[in-house]
Amino acid sequence: MTATVPPPGTRSFRHRLWRLAETVTTPVLPSDYLDLIAPLRAGADLRGRILAVHPETRDAATLLIQPGRGWRGHVPGQYVRLGVDVDGVRQWRAYSVTSAPGRRTEPISVTVKAIPDGVVSNHLVRRVRPNTIVQLDQARGDFVLPERVPSRVLFLTAGSGITPVAGMLRSGALAGSDVVLVHSAPTAADAVFGAELRGLAERGDIRLVERHTEVDGLLDVAELDTLVPDHLERQTWACGPLGLLDAAEAHWSARGHAARLHTERFRPTVITAGDGGTVTFTRSSVTVAATGATPLLDAGENAGVLMPSGCRMGICFGCVLPLRQGAVRDLRNGQLTTALPGDGVRVQTCVSAAAGPCELEI
Amino acid sequence: MTVIQKKADNPIAHLTAEDIETLGKELDAIRERVIASRGERDAAYIRKVISTQRKLEIGSRVVLLFSLFPPAWIVGTAGLSVAKILENMEIGHNVLHGQWDWMRDPKIHSTSWEWDHVAPADQWKQSHNELHHRYTNVVGKDNDLGYGIMRVDEDQPWHPAHLGQPFYNFLNACFFEYGIAAYDLDLGNKLKNGGHKDPEFRRRVRAVGRKIRRQFLKDYLLFPLLSGPSFLHTLAANFTANLIRNLWSHSVIMCGHFPEGVETFEKTSIEGETRGEWYVRQMLGSANISGSRLMHIMTGNLSFQIEHHLFPDLPSNRYQEIAPEIRALFDRYGLKYTTGSLPRQVFSAWRKVFRLALPNRRQPATPAAPLDNSANQPPRELVAA
Repeated sequence: MTATVPPPGTRSFRHRLWRLAETVTTPVLPSDYLDLIAPLRAGADLRGRILAVHPETRDAATLLIQPGRGWRGHVPGQYVRLGVDVDGVRQWRAYSVTSAPGRRTEPISVTVKAIPDGVVSNHLVRRVRPNTIVQLDQARGDFVLPERVPSRVLFLTAGSGITPVAGMLRSGALAGSDVVLVHSAPTAADAVFGAELRGLAERGDIRLVERHTEVDGLLDVAELDTLVPDHLERQTWACGPLGLLDAAEAHWSARGHAARLHTERFRPTVITAGDGGTVTFTRSSVTVAATGATPLLDAGENAGVLMPSGCRMGICFGCVLPLRQGAVRDLRNGQLTTALPGDGVRVQTCVSAAAGPCELEI
Repeated sequence: MTVIQKKADNPIAHLTAEDIETLGKELDAIRERVIASRGERDAAYIRKVISTQRKLEIGSRVVLLFSLFPPAWIVGTAGLSVAKILENMEIGHNVLHGQWDWMRDPKIHSTSWEWDHVAPADQWKQSHNELHHRYTNVVGKDNDLGYGIMRVDEDQPWHPAHLGQPFYNFLNACFFEYGIAAYDLDLGNKLKNGGHKDPEFRRRVRAVGRKIRRQFLKDYLLFPLLSGPSFLHTLAANFTANLIRNLWSHSVIMCGHFPEGVETFEKTSIEGETRGEWYVRQMLGSANISGSRLMHIMTGNLSFQIEHHLFPDLPSNRYQEIAPEIRALFDRYGLKYTTGSLPRQVFSAWRKVFRLALPNRRQPATPAAPLDNSANQPPRELVAA
């Protein structure tokens, strides 16, 4: 809330006007007031408004989101990080943009599949209501088509792995290419965008190989030799569960064509909570091993890190630091907190201990 | 008020060490239950309070642009006073306590919040959260006991300067935010003991100076200038709103620890203090104010001072909900839950300020049983691993 956010424009008349506005609104920022009436305006932190939620299957839905004016657009295949308040707590998750790129002021869509126990995905598929404001990040990711689109393409997808590919198919960039899509889903009804994909296949835009795993079992990558005999000659984009991606990478490298395979791993970091772990104090470049009973504050101080501290009993919040990534456990009640980069999670170091490898920003 | 250890009728003499630890566990369980049920309703509450406060502040300041007209002056000043009170009490104080950190909203977070107050948030957090909440009512440790300028406990030594304390207290009430800034700086001690040459202290003084300058620029120059012909009227309105806010917050805060019935503690009594004993000190060292829901919001729910001191980091809207349960706990353990209406508690606190301006009439009673009933047990960690 302090005046550290760079104002729009610099050194200009607008800049000076903004600085004057800051002295009028101190101790908060002019944007804190503007956010009340125009959360999507230019210059605001990037946010989006959910315009509609369309069910896709029994456990997937597409969200139509109007991004704020600061949205810089996306390339098909990229993902966007959404910050969603679930039970009052802000949670960040990445989802592929499934809409074709349009003008920057047009709504975008993301398609979410509810995973068992998924806090955010279940909220988005089943509970979120239109008009909700969500936090956004600019689109990112290099799981995209090259500028010169290859003439022969294979997409190997499973489950929600279809979402980045859907963005590519809808963009029209593949119009002149020979495209094969091998997609796995438990049943025909569970296939996200099933009807649309079958439509594309009927029109002859793509060749679609559907695999219904509840009936036919999981796809063995070796089956591609018969399903798509020329698959090794195609530029291939694969997205789906880790098992599929690992198998695909092994298959393509074994045949000496690893360079033609592009993969997208939705959850690259799997945080497994344990008891204790290595603690890295990122700015101080210090790493130490800490037990599950040692407060992070003590671990840092013992390693000579200049840790902020206060009451050392969890009441003053003087020791709070950003947890860049990893898992920590609250020593008072055993509650686990996990974070991935960008989640913006902060923890009280005096009552938290490592529950696996973790990085603190100091 | 005499430190609990010197009282003839020590109010916790009937509790065994086991009782105190069981009590602590019961309180821990209440805290856990609230934490587990924190959610959307609470988040919506604080966002609503913040947005209401901001709209009220903007509205009032716009009305004050025309403060030349008496009705505009009155409406604008009243609105701005309420906005400033909300900002300091229900929002600022509680956000800076980390009560809303669990939402992970970087805009409503103890590490990023700054408030409409001349004391910089980081300095206030240190003196208030770290010292006052940890050493609540420990004579010689908790400077909130009289803010270092007054004698509010029989066990604080009397000095002829205390004769003037009703006057200092009134002055402090009018300019409370400056009093707090000076208190956070430990200004009196630093000037007395030559600590003012310390570079860290000088840095902190400069930070307060910058904050005062910004606050002045806004309230006493820019908004009056924007008001054009209403310059002086807006200036007076802003001064009045700050004055009202100061008097209000001073009154509420006096009611938290000064009224009759609140206990104080000896420095030595907190050596090796257990979690349960810390809780008991918070229970007996704080006093509530009874009143309407609106009154509670305007006090930042510090009217539930006891609940706040037991659980300083629980969302303020939950104090009222757990209060009956906490009170039942007091009854069950035979402890005194000090509460009263705002006028009664303010009067009680002021009476003490007047009474203790004079030396004690008679010596306090001889030491009774120590607070630490478990003195012969090895000290336990405050935070169980």
